[in-house]
Amino acid sequence: MVTVDSSTVEPETTDPERAAERLGRPRRRRGIQTTRGYRVFQVVNAIVLTGVVVVTLYPFLNIVARSLSDEAYIIAGRVTLWPRGFNVDTYGLVMRDSLFWTNYRNTVVYTVVATAIAMVLTTCFAYVLSKHHLKGRTALIGIAVFTMFFNGGLIPNYVLISSLGMTNTIWAIVLPNAISVFNLLVMKAFFESLPVELEEAAAVDGLNTYGILLRVVLPLSKAVIATMVLFYAVSFWNSWFSAFLYMDRQDLLPVTVYLRNLIAGAVGAENVGAINEANEVQAEATLKAVTIVLTTLPILLVYPFVQRYFVSGVMLGAVKG
Amino acid sequence: MSAPSTAGPPPVTVDPDRPASGAPRRRSRKHRRTWRQAIRRDWQLYSLAILPLLFFLVFRYLPMLGNVIAFRRFQPGGSVFGEYWVGLRYVKMFLSDPTFWEVFTNTLVLGTLTLIVCFPLPVILALLLNEVRTRRLKRFVQSVSYLPHFLSIVIVAAMVMQLLSTDGTMNQLVKATGGDAIPFLQQPEWFRTIYVSSEVWQTVGWGTILYLAALTTIDDNLYEAARIDGANRWRQTWHITLPGIRPTMVTLLILNIGTFMAVGFEKILLLYNPLTYPTADVISTYLFRMAFQSSNFSYAAAIGLFEALIGLALILSANAISRRTVGTSLW
Repeated sequence: MVTVDSSTVEPETTDPERAAERLGRPRRRRGIQTTRGYRVFQVVNAIVLTGVVVVTLYPFLNIVARSLSDEAYIIAGRVTLWPRGFNVDTYGLVMRDSLFWTNYRNTVVYTVVATAIAMVLTTCFAYVLSKHHLKGRTALIGIAVFTMFFNGGLIPNYVLISSLGMTNTIWAIVLPNAISVFNLLVMKAFFESLPVELEEAAAVDGLNTYGILLRVVLPLSKAVIATMVLFYAVSFWNSWFSAFLYMDRQDLLPVTVYLRNLIAGAVGAENVGAINEANEVQAEATLKAVTIVLTTLPILLVYPFVQRYFVSGVMLGAVKG
Repeated sequence: MSAPSTAGPPPVTVDPDRPASGAPRRRSRKHRRTWRQAIRRDWQLYSLAILPLLFFLVFRYLPMLGNVIAFRRFQPGGSVFGEYWVGLRYVKMFLSDPTFWEVFTNTLVLGTLTLIVCFPLPVILALLLNEVRTRRLKRFVQSVSYLPHFLSIVIVAAMVMQLLSTDGTMNQLVKATGGDAIPFLQQPEWFRTIYVSSEVWQTVGWGTILYLAALTTIDDNLYEAARIDGANRWRQTWHITLPGIRPTMVTLLILNIGTFMAVGFEKILLLYNPLTYPTADVISTYLFRMAFQSSNFSYAAAIGLFEALIGLALILSANAISRRTVGTSLW
């Protein structure tokens, strides 16, 4: 039989080939045509896509190179892909900064707490919304969806949060973003796709609604829960504006705001035309690069393992439209 | 039946045998169920909705009401809803404020540029990826191109600053071609380019996901039929592939138009500076400064309300237009 490999020569369609196609090899049957023009296109396409990869990755490599370089080489504008005057002193400098670690720990704490609360609220509400027989369901969905297209805006939100006394607390970051309507709709779509019979059987066995949700529905929803946890965790990990707006104590800031303050400070210095203060500005060049690398690292480390969950989450959301 | 005492949470004991005996009878007249019956039957479900509803009420709908401070005198530290009515004073104020119209124009320009550039590129990239016949290569390109989506906007801004600094890569290129170093982030004429290209860098790869999913659903028989009719690849793409992903394109276009007015507030806040205000300052950043640097909360709220209403109008009309013309809509 025909082996299922990735050869580009297309044999007549046999069953293994069809199977391979369904596994994700897109439309190889179109490959029957191999006109000259198409071969040229394939080459051009490969070049374009390689370009996309290079352009996407270059900033990362450049930052890593800068973070490992000697400041003198950065000033001279000679650092591109490889570190020059290799040194890791600046890493030591940042690592010894206790504020950096405090802020990093804050990011972890905020992310964990916020994700946990967001998951509880989102799961509960999504489960309620997935029950088609529920009276008032359409109104509940409307209440949630309307906020996607219209929101109170920055100022009323700020006034509200500060009058609730939530400034300089974790709640200013957690509570206002506790439910993302997009995630809510993804979960709702998933719950709707579960077979009704299971829940009916559980009800016959004497489980109440809470029991059904906890012991029947949630164990069946591990995939979507994993996806939602990742969605929330990444958005809280990356968020900076709430903390920037509502927190003025340095020791409460997440690491994103630490980085922001670092880069904004340098821009400010350049603004006032501090070319004569060049030393200070350029000492910060390596410093900034190191901080960027250390902030990005966790994302880069987990990314390869979790990427497919994100893709499947987006698909789930799209099914519902 | 109509005794008011049954309106509250009913006793728990009705629950366990309810689906077995009660459900079929009730289902026959489901549409006529009253609120009292619904609550008695589903109070546990409703109880799960209480906290989420509280969230929406407090953190989404209360701020909407809070917009009344656009029409009231507000004092920091005073009432959330302001002190006394001032009518349209703040609206008139911003309508006659030349800076407002400047930032309004900037918002439109940046929004339009972003839409024109960032909407079609994912479609093109998805089509190109779709033609790749080595599965591993395709997966690799996809994985790499999704990556920037997961970075904090602060990191993206920091990277942009590094690349564009006087000793950064862009200026190395400029110098290599014989030019003098350009302080890109200090020059208003560069801001739009910088903003749009960083937006492309961060969003294009991720934007392909839905298109790639839609592409796999197109019926292969259509291509076969087209081939028999003598259509070449370009014509197949034009007449089969693009119409096949049209619903996805329209949906995403409507969503993009909905966020048109809210152009990357956070990114601009991170990347702009007083020197680049002439092109970089948009409505949201302007009202941010009005509120937090000039402490003029009511004025800022009036501008914010105006912006939000335009955004709502845009998405409603985009949705209505697309429903009439192409038959696709969000709701």
